[in-house]
Amino acid sequence: MDLIGNAAAARQALVTMWTIRRFEEAVDDLFARGLMHGTMHLSIGQEAVPVGACLALSDGDYITSTHRGHGHCIAKGARLADMMAELLAKETGYCRGRGGSMHIADVATGNLGANGIVAGGVPIAAGAGLAVKMRGGREVVVSFFGDGAVNEGAWHEGVNLAAIWDLPVVFVCENNHYGMSMSVSRAFRVKQLSERAAAYGIPGVTVDGNDPQAVHDAVADAVTRARAGEGPTLIEATTYRWKGHSKSDKNLYRTREEIEQWRERDPIARFEQRVAATLGDQEIQSCRDEARDAVRAAVRAAHAAPDASADSLTEAVYAR
Amino acid sequence: MTAVAEQTRTLTYAEAVREALAQAMTADERVFLLGEDVGTYGGAFGVTGDLVHRFGEERIRDTPISELGIVGAAVGAALAGMRPVVEIQFSDFTAQAMDQIVNQAAKIHFMLGGAATVPMVLRAPAGSGTGAAAQHSQSLEAWFAHVPGLKVVMPATPADAKALLLAAIADPNPVIVLEHKLLYKQSGPVPEAATPARLGEAAVRRRGTDLTIVATGVMVPRSLEAADELAADGIEASVVDPRSLKPLDGKSIVDDVTRTGRALLVQEAPKTAGFMAEIAATIGESPAFGHLRAPISRLCGLDVPIPYAPQLERAAVPQVADIVRAATDLVRRW
Repeated sequence: MDLIGNAAAARQALVTMWTIRRFEEAVDDLFARGLMHGTMHLSIGQEAVPVGACLALSDGDYITSTHRGHGHCIAKGARLADMMAELLAKETGYCRGRGGSMHIADVATGNLGANGIVAGGVPIAAGAGLAVKMRGGREVVVSFFGDGAVNEGAWHEGVNLAAIWDLPVVFVCENNHYGMSMSVSRAFRVKQLSERAAAYGIPGVTVDGNDPQAVHDAVADAVTRARAGEGPTLIEATTYRWKGHSKSDKNLYRTREEIEQWRERDPIARFEQRVAATLGDQEIQSCRDEARDAVRAAVRAAHAAPDASADSLTEAVYAR
Repeated sequence: MTAVAEQTRTLTYAEAVREALAQAMTADERVFLLGEDVGTYGGAFGVTGDLVHRFGEERIRDTPISELGIVGAAVGAALAGMRPVVEIQFSDFTAQAMDQIVNQAAKIHFMLGGAATVPMVLRAPAGSGTGAAAQHSQSLEAWFAHVPGLKVVMPATPADAKALLLAAIADPNPVIVLEHKLLYKQSGPVPEAATPARLGEAAVRRRGTDLTIVATGVMVPRSLEAADELAADGIEASVVDPRSLKPLDGKSIVDDVTRTGRALLVQEAPKTAGFMAEIAATIGESPAFGHLRAPISRLCGLDVPIPYAPQLERAAVPQVADIVRAATDLVRRW
């Protein structure tokens, strides 16, 4: 899919990136004003990865997501009001107030859930791929995870199972350069995380994670491979999170200059420049407005929704 | 229950498990097995046997040694509509998979506000008595029973090995089935029909008047043997097998203790923070408390890892003679 020259695709990519940005800015604001509790892991600066990846997916395809998962959820097609309601501890939230930001999910659009355990979703994605394969289905599973996940046992076990069974899974590493405060330069000895693919006998590729087209192309190729029964691919998308790891992060481990350098590579601003000829200034502004209005409406709807009720709390532990 | 007598045959506990797996797979395309050496090898304890020849390698899926990955794959497959049954070779190895069991399988239904279910089964051979020492002999039921979102069953007879497993497979929640390795070769009547048990229903294996013995796993047959010896000595013991630890049928236990006025709680696992402490509290918090003629008594494994030497291993967990002694003491002293 040509996200640059095709106006409809460009528009969809831009609106979705802006929606993720505005959604997380709203979350940041609500949190600062004491209207949202818990903790939040914002993906501001990383919007190109979920947008590029999810545009390569079809209805029925699955994703597994991470603690930094608002972008994945939005890009896969979730309803903003229900997401915001979940974060605001409302009964109408996707998880009825039981999951919050870290466990946001929208099973109807194939999002099997965000995960508070960094590599927790990786073997789960392999299992979803196994289910698809055993049913003879055509669906694929995209497993999103960060650079912090690749040193956990679950990551290696999940990737290996997908590899040996040729499962239709695309492993997308959002390398945002820090596992909390642990810099990638201190966390592994390979130059690029995609080199790890060789150890499992699958293709590995590193792409510019601030370029939705680059992410999309790599994921689309991997999806084609997966649908053809040729097994998984590991894609490393290099990007950067502008904000701290979570709300308690004092940013003691990186410099203002480093953050500034990456802000200059803002995936949204760069994408707007690249699609200027396709969309034109007016259309670009309309994309921004659309995203802003959608997030505002979501915040309003969520605020108006009833609070999550404790009446049925213990009943939701077991399925009937 | 139907008036028609159920067709039963004599099967071993292992054969009963295999029959449940075969019947569940025949009845439901979504059911499949995965685990280490479950295919041609037939399972570390021979439980899966010839299933790979009957159902093929897709559905009897050999895995690499990756307990965390295996359970994670089962969670994902269950989320995506399948009904996986995982075999973990020794229940001790569930420690490797604990994140997927405790943080994923048990919690996803709740964390997602009920929007998804994880209908999977984890079978694992538990318990001591095989000389396999500390990392292959544990009784870990209390770990799992403590986690909201998991169900835990401990079949003690061949019939229960089948009926509880069928119930576990039919259940929309993650269920841990702790099979006892010393029971695999025990024989007993097993119904031919694929009739699942109802989880949360205890079995009163023997009814007596002097005390109630509550026992789990291999301690059930040991307690029944002890009860025979006690009867010869004039002491009539009830033996209650909870079968399903979570959900727990507290009522059957409480009713029996109310009748006998004495409770001896027998488990193989170490005493401290073990499941029998939960049973003791269940009795203590109930009206049965007012009927107690003696303090509630626990006979448990020692608070030690399971040792290798056979005489040490026997000394680490309750034997028939220990149960007889503890029951006699409880009845005679009070």
